Amino acid sequence: MASHAARLKQQQRQDWLFRGATRFFAFLVLAILVGIIISLIIGAWPSIKQFGFGFVLGDQWNPVTHVFGGRNSIIGTLLSSFIALLIAVPVSFGIAIFLTELAPVWLRRPFGIAIELLAGVPSIIYGMWGLFVFAPWFADNVQPWLQNHTQGIPLLGPMFDGPPMGIGMLTSGLILSIMIIPYISSVMRDVFEVVPAMLKESAYGLGCTTWEVVWNVVLPFTKNGVVGGVMLGLGRALGETMAITFVIGNSHSTIHSLFDPGTSIAATLANEFTEASDDLHVASLIYLGLLLFVITFIVLVLSKILLLRLQKGEGANS
Amino acid sequence: MNRYARRRFINVLSIGLSIAAMLFGLVWLMWILFTLFKNGFGGLTLSLFTETTPAPGSKGGLSNAIIGSIQMAAVGTAIGTPIGILAGTYLAEFGQRGWLAPATRFINDIQLAAPSIVIGLFIYELYVTRTNHFSGIAGSLALALLVIPVVVRTTENMLKLVPNSMREAAYALGAPQWKMTLFITLRSAQAGVLTGILLAVARIAGETAPLLFTALNNQFYSNMNQPMANLPVVIFQFAMAPYEDWHTLAWAGSLLIGLFVLGLNVVARILVRPSSQH
Amino acid sequence: MSQPVNQNAKLVVKNLNFYYGNFHALKNINLDILEGKVTAFIGPSGCGKSTLLRTFNRMYDLYPKLRAEGEIILNGKNILNAGIDLNMLRAKVGMVFQKPTPFPMSIYDNIAFGVNLYETLPKSEMDDRVEWALQKAALWNEVKDKLKQSGLGLSGGQQQRLCIARAVSVKPEILLLDEPTSALDPISTAHVEELVHELKRDYTIAIVTHNMQQAARVSDFTAYMYLGELIEVGETDSIFTTPKQKATEDYITGKFG
Repeated sequence: MASHAARLKQQQRQDWLFRGATRFFAFLVLAILVGIIISLIIGAWPSIKQFGFGFVLGDQWNPVTHVFGGRNSIIGTLLSSFIALLIAVPVSFGIAIFLTELAPVWLRRPFGIAIELLAGVPSIIYGMWGLFVFAPWFADNVQPWLQNHTQGIPLLGPMFDGPPMGIGMLTSGLILSIMIIPYISSVMRDVFEVVPAMLKESAYGLGCTTWEVVWNVVLPFTKNGVVGGVMLGLGRALGETMAITFVIGNSHSTIHSLFDPGTSIAATLANEFTEASDDLHVASLIYLGLLLFVITFIVLVLSKILLLRLQKGEGANS
Repeated sequence: MNRYARRRFINVLSIGLSIAAMLFGLVWLMWILFTLFKNGFGGLTLSLFTETTPAPGSKGGLSNAIIGSIQMAAVGTAIGTPIGILAGTYLAEFGQRGWLAPATRFINDIQLAAPSIVIGLFIYELYVTRTNHFSGIAGSLALALLVIPVVVRTTENMLKLVPNSMREAAYALGAPQWKMTLFITLRSAQAGVLTGILLAVARIAGETAPLLFTALNNQFYSNMNQPMANLPVVIFQFAMAPYEDWHTLAWAGSLLIGLFVLGLNVVARILVRPSSQH
Repeated sequence: MSQPVNQNAKLVVKNLNFYYGNFHALKNINLDILEGKVTAFIGPSGCGKSTLLRTFNRMYDLYPKLRAEGEIILNGKNILNAGIDLNMLRAKVGMVFQKPTPFPMSIYDNIAFGVNLYETLPKSEMDDRVEWALQKAALWNEVKDKLKQSGLGLSGGQQQRLCIARAVSVKPEILLLDEPTSALDPISTAHVEELVHELKRDYTIAIVTHNMQQAARVSDFTAYMYLGELIEVGETDSIFTTPKQKATEDYITGKFG
């Protein structure tokens, strides 16, 4: 009997240890995030002290004169991501509709996997393909066409001005859009599948066409989830590094047209970090990294909240 | 009837656009895969695996980069996986009450999509500036941080699929919690957890950005405490340089990574398929 | 297989067979649905009564591997023909489901949405139509002050009446009710049953129910189905008092099912 009690006690101790270990590592996951923010602030401190919040607006990036401002990198990040969303959102929507409402059942899985594989392709491969294959093709076939057809049109004309080099802001946005299509479309597909069959049937029962069911019933029912998916794609696009570094052109000058080479936060980091010699340059790069992290963090938090809201709303309805 | 014709037209138009969107997605995949094979296949020779990265103009292979990549991925996975499994176990098994589990779950999902280049900066600040040199260890640490969120997410998801009756049966036998978790719930979820690990490996195999500031690169074989060659960074440097030989090697390396990553994705899918039907 | 032969048949089902892949779900069904009457379908679950109802507006078309053979004649046309226009068919044959399915929009828009599919009405006429449909569904008095609020905010019974109003608003000829009260409490159920009485003045109604008392209360004709076959159909009074088939009697008296 005594040994039984000792055994029980031992088991309790083991349980306590095991639970403690799992709790510790769960806490570690949280701590890493805090650690990232703190270490970036410390690393960026010399630059924060020197330039303050004006860093965000400064359009100079000059290691020789030790003047650093992040404006052009930040604009590049936001602009390329915006172009990416402009293309990726409607395309992903179409793909999600195709996969949930239109395609015959036996086609849904293979096509779904094919789109998901786009997300599996390492970004450095997008970069190489973009630089060596896509950019030359784009410069020869698409850019001249765009220029010819927009010349003289206010707003549009200046957007596609300048020498068609293939690389630049527009190309970056295009390649980013291909990279985030799988993320957005798979979230959209998943939330579309959440719509109760009976709700769709009752719309079909009124005589709705497929499009009317999607636009008036499926989309309003899932709008939080759809926006969440878009934000997830945006988060991905903002932080994407390698593909952009290959094709954005890496120029710190202010861009005037979408054909101009530019830079993004991630591309600036990838290009300059290991070459930077003086501390202020390194600190300024880390400052950029901190800004990137804060921006993506906010976007991803919003995305997560919207997706959670959809789940909760679902629970309340059923 | 006019109204009706318009409705039908809009419907047909939208269906057409939706099919076009699907094709749009598939075209890029085909194009990229085609390019990868066309440019990379010629470079897949024996010397690719036996010789080290060359100087411009001379012959060589990628052996040091391949070995460096394998080493760092292995160490990164070895560090990240247990942490991820234990944290995921906490979320699924013990985290019903309190603030820690929901907070961790939330933050973990955000880290899943957080920019990997920032992870590189973090390890640079945390480790490289302390040791004053780039190293394979730093690279492994950065990769481990990328492994953790993937493993946490899949572990939790898979454990939640294990029916509660299984847990109750184990408790009814008087099994202690840790045994129940390790030998019964995690065991029955093992195919799913393994899938998570494979997906994590697939993710870090192609990661370049976090290695730029941590492992950097090396023209030769090296130990974990030195700067270490790895496929993604070598590809990056070779592709950005103006030498044809280097481009050939970069394409061959890209094909290697591409095949490896896509292969892992396929295996992961096969693994998860039967378990999701049970 | 006795069935009333009647000139007033709105919907005529002839030799209907239905398959889920290889499973033979409806076996040679022959049946008339009479105009202006309520026909109830009863039988144990899985007997095919819902399947039969869903052939009347070809709802099964949404899913692969389902197919129907035979004829269902509506206004002189076989609606199972490949060439039939499904949207127009469904405008004529409205449907209400087991659970309330308000669309994620306001109460007003739930009604206006259906009407807009077929007609272009000026605002004032649309207001009238919405009121008319909600009156028909005996919901007007409860919602007239909150038409702009979401339909999801209504109680279950109100939501179901909203769905009935939505189905009625497009002025169908036939109304299909697929266990419309199975998710409702007894009071809401009573509301809906009263409504069925009111609606049959203007519409031909087919109702599937698992509740025999409900069939007895609301219907003029009752059809008993079992394992995909139509066992017996006739006037509700005679089905419930003097069924001709032993199987029907067993089911109705509770010896089976």
